[in-house]
Amino acid sequence: MEAFLLQFFIFLVAAAVAVPLAKKLGLGSVLGYLIAGIVIGPFGASLIHDVEAIMHFTEFGVVMMLFLVGLELKPSLLWQLKTSIIGLGGSQVVLSSLVITGISAWYLPWQQALAIGLILSLSSTAIVLQTLQEKGQMKTEAGQSVFSVLLFQDLAVIPMLAIIPLLATLPSLTADQHGSVLFDLHALPEYLQFMTTLGAVVLVLVIGKYAGQPMFRVIAKTGVREIFVAAALALVIGSSLLMLAVGLSPALGAFLAGVVLADSEFRHELESDIEPFKGLLLGIFFISIGASLNFTLISDNILLILGLSAGLIALKWLVLVFIGKVFRITSKERSLFAIALAQGGEFAFVLFQLTKNTGVLPVSVIEPLISAVAISMFVAPLMFVLHDKMARSSLAEALPEDEDVIQKGDHKVIVAGFGRLGVDIGRFLLSAGIKPVILDYDSNNVSVLRKLGIEVYYGDATRLDLLESAGAADAELLVVTFGNTDAAKHLIELAAKHYPHLKVVANARDREAAFELMDIGADNIFRETFDSALSIGQSAMQQLGIDSYEAHRLKQIFRKKDIEMMPELYKKRCEEESYISLYKKHHAQLEDLMKLGTNESLEAANKAWAGRNPDH
Amino acid sequence: MKKILINFAHPAKSRSSVNKTLRKAVEGVEGVTVNDLYQAYPDFMIDIEREKQLCEEHDVIIFQHPLYWYSTPSIVKEWFDLVLEHDWAYGSKGNALKDKLFFQVISAGGDGASYQKDGYNEFSLKELSAPFRATAKLCKLVWLPPFAITGVHGGLPTAEILRHGESYRRTIIALRDERVDIEQAKLLELLNADLNQLIGSE
Repeated sequence: MEAFLLQFFIFLVAAAVAVPLAKKLGLGSVLGYLIAGIVIGPFGASLIHDVEAIMHFTEFGVVMMLFLVGLELKPSLLWQLKTSIIGLGGSQVVLSSLVITGISAWYLPWQQALAIGLILSLSSTAIVLQTLQEKGQMKTEAGQSVFSVLLFQDLAVIPMLAIIPLLATLPSLTADQHGSVLFDLHALPEYLQFMTTLGAVVLVLVIGKYAGQPMFRVIAKTGVREIFVAAALALVIGSSLLMLAVGLSPALGAFLAGVVLADSEFRHELESDIEPFKGLLLGIFFISIGASLNFTLISDNILLILGLSAGLIALKWLVLVFIGKVFRITSKERSLFAIALAQGGEFAFVLFQLTKNTGVLPVSVIEPLISAVAISMFVAPLMFVLHDKMARSSLAEALPEDEDVIQKGDHKVIVAGFGRLGVDIGRFLLSAGIKPVILDYDSNNVSVLRKLGIEVYYGDATRLDLLESAGAADAELLVVTFGNTDAAKHLIELAAKHYPHLKVVANARDREAAFELMDIGADNIFRETFDSALSIGQSAMQQLGIDSYEAHRLKQIFRKKDIEMMPELYKKRCEEESYISLYKKHHAQLEDLMKLGTNESLEAANKAWAGRNPDH
Repeated sequence: MKKILINFAHPAKSRSSVNKTLRKAVEGVEGVTVNDLYQAYPDFMIDIEREKQLCEEHDVIIFQHPLYWYSTPSIVKEWFDLVLEHDWAYGSKGNALKDKLFFQVISAGGDGASYQKDGYNEFSLKELSAPFRATAKLCKLVWLPPFAITGVHGGLPTAEILRHGESYRRTIIALRDERVDIEQAKLLELLNADLNQLIGSE
């Protein structure tokens, strides 16, 4: 126990020191983790042991990341991406494999060359997605293309796992390479194996779609947050286990579960619950990659390994540039696309392990290649930094063209609370083509509104992490519709502190609540019942036979004057006596102003123009 | 029988005895529709389709209003701005208003003498109706001189107001029954300058 805690402690401290430092230097978090790994690894301070086991465990961070990526991708969007997934991804994997196989075949038998080609065609989902997300480039053309290729690669791992053992030319080290914890799929006849695999995928989809939502709804009703977190984790781990059992990539299972839930109201809640686990696991994963760099081996074969790394990056880069040209990715986006995917990936570690066990490749070939892959992964974040530097200097000239074109759909608005007030605000904005992200904490309410086709998400908007995953960092405006003044205050203060750029429009229950919101510096405060009270008053006047236009004007006058006296009342609100006298004074003025038949501003309309004769 | 639309515009009508009386004189007459603009659109949100349809359904379009700044109350301008659309009211395909009769019924504070070239206001009411006249030409309407009641601010005696109401009613009915010589009417200074000449004996 102590040993475990100590190890854990070392990882955490290393991350806590290295990542902020790396970020400060503009290097991104991934590089920070990798460097931390080298420092605490066997070739640095030698503070940690059993790196491989840790790497294996924390690989699960990649699974969680794919779940989160899935959550961001609605099925409809995934369908839109199908051409680029198959086209870009397919050609990247096939071409890179062919080129690398071709070159390796000069030195090695074709079976070994093919295995190396397949393994090295893969890129690092973990590093690339983490970096793109950090830089907010996931939604760009390059980001989408990169993602398509990575997704195809994750899928391609599955047939690779099946093909590689068939390439064995050496005696295999272990007899059983597919030992599963749950049951041994290979005991089944082949057609049943296929059916089971297919069944498992369908099961994940069906459970996610039909059982997932009601389950989360029930859990949400309990209001116990950690149970929700537990259920979310169980879902991710469960779908991964199921995929493992049928010999598929666990990342694929998690990804599918994510995609299925992307349409659900729990999207943002799930995102913010899983996010910290993913971050922590991935961080430790990157540290263990850093720690696994075998410097003795590298220094002994320094030229060979550096040559391999450089060759790997160069070959993959060339293939990517070529593909980018063929698929007509614009030149600006193409350079990011090619740089992003030029490294080797974490699946290479897994697959090289497999080649060792099944006797496909000799250890003497594997070791320098693993080091080369690790180095290429280490260089990847540096290449992003370099690309940014170059892009920024060329961007400075190219930028002015497509600025200023802000479309209504681009306004990012978060509506917090979707009760009786929020519903109408939401409908109003939606019908004007402004699509807000709507958050509400009442799961009954959410499911009813969803049935009406309004995109509402379940979650407590006063939680910082949920605000974050609802996109507060990029949002322009926050609409607070809570009737609960304390919750509204909490949210407004939270927003002001963490997202100072965010404009706020807020609802206040009554005058007292408006004062409380004024206390914390909010402006654009609207009293919940004020406008409807005046509308009812206006209608009442009309029913009494007062001209519509006059009733309308009286309402406007009252509204204007009442809003005008708010700041003065606010100042005096703590001194009861002067508050009351001030209120009475204002009210008397208002009464004078509005007295039916004599009211000045209406008289003005009546005699709008007294074009009388001067001598009359 | 012609159908007549009276677009009535007074922001404080309950306090205008002249306009109240005039309106009462024609309200309920067969073939006459009174459309109270300030009542229907207190917030100036004019229902363009409704207004267009009303125009299409009638053969005579009248704006009845007090004279504000030698012109109309502001909602009438809003009405012109929004309702008279291109390709409906004007333009090569805009024939919706073609050949309909079009004039103002004005109540003015100053007396008749002040609305003359050498009077205090220097322009006659017929001249001040020029924007309506120009609009009529563009929209292929047939413009007529305004029907005007002057000297309102001097405080007209009730009997005179009632008399004006009666002439208004007679004019409207004559227009409805097509008993008015339109070419003759165009030449008048005011539509109600000489009623007997205009309508003849009934």
